[in-house]
Amino acid sequence: MTDKLDRGRLEISADECKGCGLCIVACPVQVIEFSKTVINKQGYHPAQYKGSGCTGCGTCFYACPEPGAVTVYRLAKQAQ
Amino acid sequence: MYEKHLEKPASFYPEYPRKSGNQAVTHYCPGCGHGIAHKYIAEALDDLKLTERTILISPVGCSVFAYYYFDVGNIQAAHGRAPAVATGIKRINPHSIVISYQGDGDLAAIGGDEIIHAANRGERLSVFFINNAIYGMTGGQMAPTTLVGQQTTTSPRGRNIHNEGYPIRMCELISALEAPVYVERVSLHSPGGRAKARKAIRKALENQVQGKGFSFVEILAQCPTGWKVSAPDSLKWIEEKMLPYYPVQVFRDKSAEAESWAPPDVTYSDADVLQLIELPLEDDAAPAARPKVAEQYRNPRIKIAGFGGQGVLLLGVAMAQLGMMEGYNVSWLPSYGPEMRGGTAHCHVNISDTPIGSPLVSASTVCVAFNKPSLEKFEKEMASDGLLIYNTSMIDIEPTRKDVEWLPIPASEIASQMGNIRFANMVVLGAYIQKTGLVSMETAIKGLPTFIKAKKLIGENIKALETGAAFVRGELKI
Ligand SMILES: Cc1ncc(C[n+]2csc(CCOP(=O)(O)OP(=O)(O)O)c2C)c(N)n1
Ligand code: SF4
Ligand code: SF4
Ligand code: SF4
Ligand SMILES: [Mg+2]
Repeated sequence: MTDKLDRGRLEISADECKGCGLCIVACPVQVIEFSKTVINKQGYHPAQYKGSGCTGCGTCFYACPEPGAVTVYRLAKQAQ
Repeated sequence: MYEKHLEKPASFYPEYPRKSGNQAVTHYCPGCGHGIAHKYIAEALDDLKLTERTILISPVGCSVFAYYYFDVGNIQAAHGRAPAVATGIKRINPHSIVISYQGDGDLAAIGGDEIIHAANRGERLSVFFINNAIYGMTGGQMAPTTLVGQQTTTSPRGRNIHNEGYPIRMCELISALEAPVYVERVSLHSPGGRAKARKAIRKALENQVQGKGFSFVEILAQCPTGWKVSAPDSLKWIEEKMLPYYPVQVFRDKSAEAESWAPPDVTYSDADVLQLIELPLEDDAAPAARPKVAEQYRNPRIKIAGFGGQGVLLLGVAMAQLGMMEGYNVSWLPSYGPEMRGGTAHCHVNISDTPIGSPLVSASTVCVAFNKPSLEKFEKEMASDGLLIYNTSMIDIEPTRKDVEWLPIPASEIASQMGNIRFANMVVLGAYIQKTGLVSMETAIKGLPTFIKAKKLIGENIKALETGAAFVRGELKI
């Protein structure tokens, strides 16, 4: 493997997101954006992970008011 | 190769089936601070393994439905009363972790007294106070915490200190009291502020686990809807408007030195509990000579109604009193109209062989109507085969219920002929006793002085009783 793996990974449950944008302004490395195409069940453009660069810091998790919208993963120790 | 690091805390229900609409999400507006505070509380309950032991009191306010979300014991209290309810619960369940979760309208306005006294008593509670400087739920009215100059629907020109006074700083107030152990204000406006909020919430819970006293965490939280700003801007709003007036800091921390109190480790067997809750074995004490009562008149659920001043409430007291003297369980519940005289009044009476669960009478088995509006109103709710006693002196219509027994009696006329229209209630009582035999006439005569206070009227009241009874026996010519 040549590329270094990201330390974290982010999952946003589109249907639980209310599109408030608090995770977007919270992320220190700015790897979250609003989807421009998806409109969820509630009628919001949900936030989505840009796909790379997450450090697994968890800042977005603690900024999000929805209990289950954000899940943060971290690279397992043995994989580092 | 990636592992879950942060996910929905397990102290939340997996979904919220009591909620209508999308049951995967909360009812809060996008960006609302309540959701964030909920998440931190749920996370702390998970980490401290308190979920099974926790009872959360939901307030009135946007967080009224907190019980939809937390998979703990839940109670929803009347507006502002969460600390009082929490006090009761904590005292009878000292092993439980009791949380009072409240908004600023709930805690600082209508419930201002409750929180001060719970704090002053040093109740072993964890209070989470969501200060968003507004009444969110009702559409953005001014709260005691609304900032000077802040526009709300009830301060459209901005809060004016000459009219509405200054915003109340609750942490400062509470930390002026002797008893509280831990008082801190935190804020949700920044990652650093949120980290402190998580820590404070955890600490307030840990204090309770260790039996330390009252812990109070004020959380400056955004209400983007009430403030009419976007969610990201609401964080700036906290920073620019709230923080200068509401400093985030620890106001009191005696957690380390405060004495740890452990509830006595008492366990009760089922037999102990039964013994504790069982009423004294009245059966042995009950007079064996209780009159025999026909099946349909046993255990009456009585509704008595009329104008105020017709002696409606007193008749109820009399029935309950005499029932008690015969050894029954009884209850009496008055319901007053707004006027002292001339308004309507009614009361609920239960007289029963068995303990009475609720004093409220809904499907009455006896209805006493002293006037026409009462008949029209209350005959409808009678159980079938009930007994309907109505005062024909003031009711010129017939009842509509054909499935109940009618006992028409010109009670007011009989009483007037005896010299005082106000004896009508005792005439009815005599008629009721004669009709049902639920209590004996001897008991009634013996018991009368307990509810007729004027000694000189006792003789005439006894006569009224006897006249009512005579009417039912068909011995009275009017
Ligand atoms: C006894 C009573 N009075 C008034 C109301 C109306 N009411 C409902 S919520 C509320 C204020 C809530 O404000 P707050 O406690 O700040 O909660 P928020 O919605 O801002 O979280 C009021 C006055 C009520 N429900 N019950
Ligand atoms: S975990 Fe941290 S880096 Fe990853 S998306 Fe969330 S805030 Fe950004
Ligand atoms: S903070 Fe939560 S609800 Fe708001 S946009 Fe991000 S994921 Fe969606
Ligand atoms: S009105 Fe304010 S406090 Fe209520 S849910 Fe909306 S944002 Fe939250
Ligand atoms: Mg409020």
